[in-house]
Amino acid sequence: MTATGIEISGLRHAIRGTEILAPATLTIPAGRITALIGPNGAGKSTLSRLIARIEPPPAGTVAVNGLDVATTRTGRLARELAFLGQHTTLASRLRVRELVAFGRWPHCHGRPGPEDHAAVARALDDFDLAPLAGRFLDTLSGGQAQRAHLAMAVAQQTPWLILDEPLNNLDLAHARALMAHLARLRDGGGSILVVLHDLNFAAAWADNVVAMKAGRVIAEGPPAAVLTEDRLSALYDTEIRVGSHGGRPLVLHHL
Amino acid sequence: MRPRTALVIALLLALAVALWLFQGLGPGNTRFVLGLRAAKLAALALVAASVGMATVLFQTVAQNRILTPAIMGFDALYLLIQSLAVATLGTVGFAMLPAGAKFAAETLLMTAVAVALFGALLGRAAPDAIGRTILTGVVLGILFRSGATLVARMLDPNAHAVVQAASFADFGRPAAGTLGWAAAVALPAMALALALGPGFDLLALGRERAVPLGLPHRAMVLITLALVALLTAVSTALVGPVAFFGLIVAGLAHALAPGARHRVLLLTAAALAATLLIGGQWAFERLLGLRATLSVVIECAGGIFFLALLLKGRIR
Ligand SMILES: Nc1ncnc2c1ncn2[C@@H]1O[C@H](COP(=O)(O)OP(=O)(O)OP(=O)(O)O)[C@@H](O)[C@H]1O
Ligand SMILES: [Mg+2]
Repeated sequence: MTATGIEISGLRHAIRGTEILAPATLTIPAGRITALIGPNGAGKSTLSRLIARIEPPPAGTVAVNGLDVATTRTGRLARELAFLGQHTTLASRLRVRELVAFGRWPHCHGRPGPEDHAAVARALDDFDLAPLAGRFLDTLSGGQAQRAHLAMAVAQQTPWLILDEPLNNLDLAHARALMAHLARLRDGGGSILVVLHDLNFAAAWADNVVAMKAGRVIAEGPPAAVLTEDRLSALYDTEIRVGSHGGRPLVLHHL
Repeated sequence: MRPRTALVIALLLALAVALWLFQGLGPGNTRFVLGLRAAKLAALALVAASVGMATVLFQTVAQNRILTPAIMGFDALYLLIQSLAVATLGTVGFAMLPAGAKFAAETLLMTAVAVALFGALLGRAAPDAIGRTILTGVVLGILFRSGATLVARMLDPNAHAVVQAASFADFGRPAAGTLGWAAAVALPAMALALALGPGFDLLALGRERAVPLGLPHRAMVLITLALVALLTAVSTALVGPVAFFGLIVAGLAHALAPGARHRVLLLTAAALAATLLIGGQWAFERLLGLRATLSVVIECAGGIFFLALLLKGRIR
């Protein structure tokens, strides 16, 4: 399989006549960490859900590594692309290990082999979940539950990983550990699209930044090109100062 | 589920079956009585398993633990179709229809309508789909029920009586003519439900989780609804509508087997339902001499259980 990235063409979305995503055409490169940023309601979740085929778009096409999302069998896509949405509530009552094991479904269809058990064990370890593996999800703290959901997505071991605000609820150590994990996946040939609100995580870890506002992609490029004072101030309609640290932008949004 | 729980359920079920079949068996006519009892046992077991499995499946597809096919009006839909049949064919024509063909036609029609109505609601991604489904289902349930009543009112008194007789659950007198046909529909439906078990585990995660894992969500929703409709048609045809029985059974199954796979859940719900129904009917019919009372007691207990769920805030 050639990793050609995610090619989005003429993709738009509307709910009851209200345009939520203006027709968008862009390519999200393979083998990179791409951060998707923008204010609340910009359409970041909408775009990532459309890529992950959670809802069918009214118009436009998405191809993940050459596979058209609308026409490729969903079982095949599940081995190309893993997705974790912004809202992670679950109706079913599951233990952490069982949730993470669901990540192996595209490979084993409910009949896990040794490879699948190993992948689950590794994901549990990677997200510090081994001591919690036997607990029910509804007994976990917010950050612990978030790590369990992340472990499930990572256990899917797909070339593409799409995460919508994965840092939600994570403490600073686990937040940094997650970004480091994503960087390792990228170094191993993986491709990642991640929605981030904390711009400094984008500045420090992303190779590529896509900025959205009001349903439109308004900027795209390396962090140093997108995370500038002018662009960010316009993006968020508020004055933002940008310094520099270790050769990368340092966004002083809290000041 | 712990093995001990499974063992206890199996033993209780065996006890209920044994009591039903052999208790008070006189010396004469043994074979005849046993034959009668076995036929009724088969009907009760079929109803129990159908209600139990249909409720578990529906709660999975609706992502909700207090909804049942009955609350959503599946059985009312069956009754409406039946009263319409009486209205168009007349009492005599209705009674003349061969039981099998009648059952098959009603079941097919009901399945088609249920899949069309609820499939449109549950198959999409909108986050408010569940809330809308609950409201729509409750409204549809009322609509079907009053539709059936309206049709019955417009019929002559004889026809009304035929419809009325079909509108109340009576575990004491399962419709004998339909048993074979009901089994022919229910058993393959149950086998399919068990075969699809792992798919239901995925479906239970909700669309946003199941689709990225490769579940053809829409197809799965439609298959589930068709299974629910078939199983509800079976139980309604055999004993009439049972509003809260499924709720008790599915609630117990989830409580006794927390977080279990759907194969286990479905079998647990079926076994619990059969135990309750056979044991309960034995106690009421043979011990208390109240053949037709069990349904009332179950509905009452189920109603209280439903309220308890609501008060505990388990409604979603
Ligand atoms: N079901 C819906 N009905 C109406 N509007 C909706 C619906 N879902 C989303 N929207 C609107 O679409 C826009 C984009 O939403 P989206 O969730 O993609 O934003 P986002 O960029 O992810 O924001 P956030 O940072 O808050 O997560 C918002 O204005 C939102 O109000
Ligand atoms: Mg969002």
